[in-house]
Amino acid sequence: MNEIQHKFQLKLAVAASEMLSERVAHIVLTDDRPLPAMRPGQFVQVAVPDGGVLLRRPISIHDISEADNTLHLLVQTVGRGTHSIASVKQGDEMDLVLPLGNGFPDMTEGRVLLTGGGIGTAPLLYLGRRLKANGCEVTFLLGGRTAKDILRREEYEAVARVMTTTEDGSDGERGFVTDHSLLGREQFDAVMVCGPTPMMKAVARWASVPCYVSLENMMACGLGACLCCVQKNHEGHNVCVCTEGPVFNTNELEWK
Amino acid sequence: MTLKTTIGAMEMRNPVMTASGTFGYGVEYADLVPLDRLGAVIVKGTTLKAREGNDYPRMAETASGMLNCVGLQNKGVEHFAEHIYPAIKDIDTQMIVNVSGDSAETYALCAERIDSLEKIPAIELNISCPNVKHGGMAFGTDAKAAAEVVRAVRKAYHKTLIVKLSPNVTDITEIARAAEAEGADAVSLINTLMGMAIDAERRKLCLSIGTGGLSGPAVKPVALRMVYQTSRAVKIPVIGLGGISNATDAIEFMLAGASAIQIGTANFVNPHVGAEVADGIEDYMRRHKIGDIRDLVGALE
Ligand SMILES: Cc1cc2nc3c(=O)[nH]c(=O)nc-3n(C[C@H](O)[C@H](O)[C@H](O)COP(=O)(O)OP(=O)(O)OC[C@H]3O[C@@H](n4cnc5c(N)ncnc54)[C@H](O)[C@@H]3O)c2cc1C
Ligand SMILES: Cc1cc2nc3c(=O)[nH]c(=O)nc-3n(C[C@H](O)[C@H](O)[C@H](O)COP(=O)(O)O)c2cc1C
Ligand code: FES
Repeated sequence: MNEIQHKFQLKLAVAASEMLSERVAHIVLTDDRPLPAMRPGQFVQVAVPDGGVLLRRPISIHDISEADNTLHLLVQTVGRGTHSIASVKQGDEMDLVLPLGNGFPDMTEGRVLLTGGGIGTAPLLYLGRRLKANGCEVTFLLGGRTAKDILRREEYEAVARVMTTTEDGSDGERGFVTDHSLLGREQFDAVMVCGPTPMMKAVARWASVPCYVSLENMMACGLGACLCCVQKNHEGHNVCVCTEGPVFNTNELEWK
Repeated sequence: MTLKTTIGAMEMRNPVMTASGTFGYGVEYADLVPLDRLGAVIVKGTTLKAREGNDYPRMAETASGMLNCVGLQNKGVEHFAEHIYPAIKDIDTQMIVNVSGDSAETYALCAERIDSLEKIPAIELNISCPNVKHGGMAFGTDAKAAAEVVRAVRKAYHKTLIVKLSPNVTDITEIARAAEAEGADAVSLINTLMGMAIDAERRKLCLSIGTGGLSGPAVKPVALRMVYQTSRAVKIPVIGLGGISNATDAIEFMLAGASAIQIGTANFVNPHVGAEVADGIEDYMRRHKIGDIRDLVGALE
């Protein structure tokens, strides 16, 4: 986790891009040269095509396939930046700075619960794949408003057991991920979460084992230079989410 | 052909500098742009005592620009001297420290500490930060207060002294002349323009303290005008900045009268922009048969 990792500004080719739902695009990027090594939970800063907005947009690493040298992103359309990014087409070029941030801890054993809501499930696929390969026993608990929000289920199922919750009960158990019966039934050695802040806080309150969350504070540089993305830590000091996070042990945060 | 640029007693390989608060301590960008292609790096705003800065949210993107209210978060000058300076002192470019304070005395004490750091050839005195309650911009919007701070620092600091001016004034040349009269070696302008952003859906101010400093392409015409006016009002060199995103922007500032330029917000968009601007200026000089960069300064037809 602590080996020195260099950052790159790369122009990558869009190998494929499709809308998985009304609001979420799955973008597959590749390059002639091998992509740099990236860790689960790290993110990339994407230059927004066609100049509609100024700053890059931070997007999590959804998946990496070393076999076909691809980097996968899931982008949910929110405002102008994500709309432009989601509309890239196969053959387009995208300008990315990567890999950024610390990533999730690289556990090598134990039972790990990976849970997220909505687009927050994006970083969990690569994370689960890595933890599984390391020797962990992985469970995914994916939440959404409705069945259509559970994205790329087959890919998660190919890695590990998948449980779901939906607010309307159209897939899995009804309610939020924190309502799932699994949480009362089973013990885990660690919980890793990404999603809306209220959801992450709820999971953190429930968890009696180490709980890691991935924050999505607004960013300008993504490099630790501008100090725009700060979060208060447990000592009341501001820490940079882009370099000291985006993943934090909830003990380090002024939460709960 | 030479791009060598001199500001006070400091020589730079070219006139391209990175602006304070947008380039960290340089090392954050080292993987993405060769630092030895830059004329200088101006590091984060540094104060006598540590500052926590303002609460999140500290930024909002606006049309062709961004607002920030970071509020000079830094660990204080002693921490800089003990822990950061050793790690950056051998970077192969001029490393300049941006200094802030809340009274003439704290500015001077901070500057004095940096005077003792051998490899720091210059400081940039930030009398123009719009994001702190005490000091900062208050010193940059009043000619008497500006004169008082520059005088105190000039006594304590013996190397190249750059004074960074605020655009949030009626007449920026008046403040520039005050700084010159008290012994500044150069002025740099502009710092950010005070602004505001509101989220209509949530009916909330976007920034934690309501107001913030506007930077990026949106401010360029204002900055260019102020550089033009100031370079005609003072004899010391003017360093131009505000919205510079490419070599053409940089050349426009030099034609307006800037001896050197700084790049701020554009580093966030394109971390390699500093090197590209240096290359672009060289290319322009070749095309226009200019042998010495100094011949570009103020060279409007
Ligand atoms: C480390 C990190 C990883 C991320 N990973 C992903 C990902 O994998 N997939 C994905 O779709 N999104 C991800 N995001 C969120 C994404 O960066 C924002 O949705 C995006 O920046 C919004 O840009 P925009 O131009 O579309 O919206 P804007 O026009 O900038 O904003 C539209 C609205 O969204 C809000 N907003 C803007 N930026 C953010 C933000 N960073 N977080 C929350 N709200 C924001 C604004 O306040 C505004 O209300 C991530 C963010 C971070 C910091
Ligand atoms: C996030 C951020 C932080 C900044 N911090 C400082 C600072 O500490 N000291 C300072 O003098 N100027 C600071 N500035 C102002 C810039 O140095 C520069 O004057 C301004 O952004 C205009 O240039 P630009 O349009 O190229 O960004 C900051 C600007 C930004 C965007
Ligand atoms: S986004 Fe610039 S420091 Fe984190």
